Amino acid sequence: METIKNYYFMDMGVMLGRSMRHIFRSLDTIITVTIMPIAMMLLFVYVLGGAIQTGTDKYVNYLLPGILLIAVANSIGYVSYRLFLDKQRGIFERFNSMPIARSAALWGHVLTSLVSNAISLVVIILVALIMGFRSPAGVLSWLAVAGIIALFTLALTWIAAIAGLSAKSVDGAGVIAYPVHFLPLISSAFVPTASMPGPVRAFAENQPVTPIVEAIRALLLNQPVGNEIWVALAWCVGIMLVACFLASRVYKKQG
Amino acid sequence: MLQSEIAISVQGLKKSYKNIPVLTGVDFEVKTGSVFALLGSNGAGKTTIVKILSTLLKQDSGNVMVNGFDVSSKPGNVRQSISLTGQFAAVDEILTGRENLIMIAKLRHLENPRRVAEELLNRFGLTDAADRKASTYSGGMRRRLDIAMSLIGRPPLIFLDEPTTGLDPEARIEVWKIVKELAGSGTTVFLTTQYLEEAEQLADKIAILHEGRIIVSGTLAELKKLFPPAKVEYIEKQPTLEEIFLAIIGKKMEN
Repeated sequence: METIKNYYFMDMGVMLGRSMRHIFRSLDTIITVTIMPIAMMLLFVYVLGGAIQTGTDKYVNYLLPGILLIAVANSIGYVSYRLFLDKQRGIFERFNSMPIARSAALWGHVLTSLVSNAISLVVIILVALIMGFRSPAGVLSWLAVAGIIALFTLALTWIAAIAGLSAKSVDGAGVIAYPVHFLPLISSAFVPTASMPGPVRAFAENQPVTPIVEAIRALLLNQPVGNEIWVALAWCVGIMLVACFLASRVYKKQG
Repeated sequence: MLQSEIAISVQGLKKSYKNIPVLTGVDFEVKTGSVFALLGSNGAGKTTIVKILSTLLKQDSGNVMVNGFDVSSKPGNVRQSISLTGQFAAVDEILTGRENLIMIAKLRHLENPRRVAEELLNRFGLTDAADRKASTYSGGMRRRLDIAMSLIGRPPLIFLDEPTTGLDPEARIEVWKIVKELAGSGTTVFLTTQYLEEAEQLADKIAILHEGRIIVSGTLAELKKLFPPAKVEYIEKQPTLEEIFLAIIGKKMEN
């Protein structure tokens, strides 16, 4: 058992390398997690943006946080999909019958989700800069943004893990992506919630994505973050812990 | 018999899924260096036994020792000394054959993963296909890659769960050749199959699993003694379709 512990991070590195290859070899994944959010950003800024009143001088400055979260949400279906295939094709069985810590295979997927999202978000931010996005935020604020997005990614990744591990079919594994896609759309990601009719506004203001978007936006625009950041963190950490616990339980139960 | 001469010892093994009993008291022993075939029809519980022996599944009761280690209290040691080739070729389809082998060599923490991969590609006739994605491989090639992955790190005991199910006759004979070579090199092979001929061809000892128990076990000669002596009958022997098929493509096989 000693050797298993010593090699834990090396093994996880091998798993990470494997899944990253999967992503880079799947045009479909790259389109969904990077090109689509960029296309949406172009659409909203150059087609719809002129008609949207947000109170910021440039719409792209208002929009970027939401686009980042949408990119993360788009990637979640693929986490389920990759996990499901590993389970179905006996890859987990192979790994789990080897002298590797059992959790390394699962955590490898989680780490992959973090790393691949980091890469696609950097690309999206670069495109936003070309489109005129500017932020007065300092290093600390950017680090805080990175931290919040990382927690948001982890929370969604663990939800996707539950779906992928317990799904009975490929279609079932991907279904989790749909409700997750909708959350950023019904939030303050694109337009201020004040413009929405009552019940929609009530939902938008009390679901997790809005405080997360607001916190990131405040950090990037160097505005006071207020309570939003704590609400955002509470949502992320809460969802992450519950989903991680449930996913690990499902994973342990499986042979 | 000395402890070290017994690779697998199973006593009173029981396992139920929910309330449906699958194994109702299985006993057998496998000698080190032998080829042991577990015969049984679909759903007899062969895979359940393999999963318990390879630490993927916990038994309800019974004593199971693999290479001198108890599977429930020392699963880590068991995993160090075994390799599992599951029922469905557990190869990563998006990676190439070479990458699959290198990945497993890294996870076994071997000195030179590239060289290990190169040697196995040679040995299993996969050099030409080494840098193609495994998804483009034929069933036989995929199974060869699968078995090659299992041999990495030279584990003294190998489980092959229905290694030839779904393969064409040519590929089946290739797998048989590999198993014979393994046995020749002193590796213990635990094989499950539903083909009687396969057990007859490969196994030193055969056990038949039926309704949750081993109903007979022994060498082929011993099993034959259980039945009435052979009668001499004169019949015209028609070639089977398999013999015809193999005779026609025989030339190709010899190359």
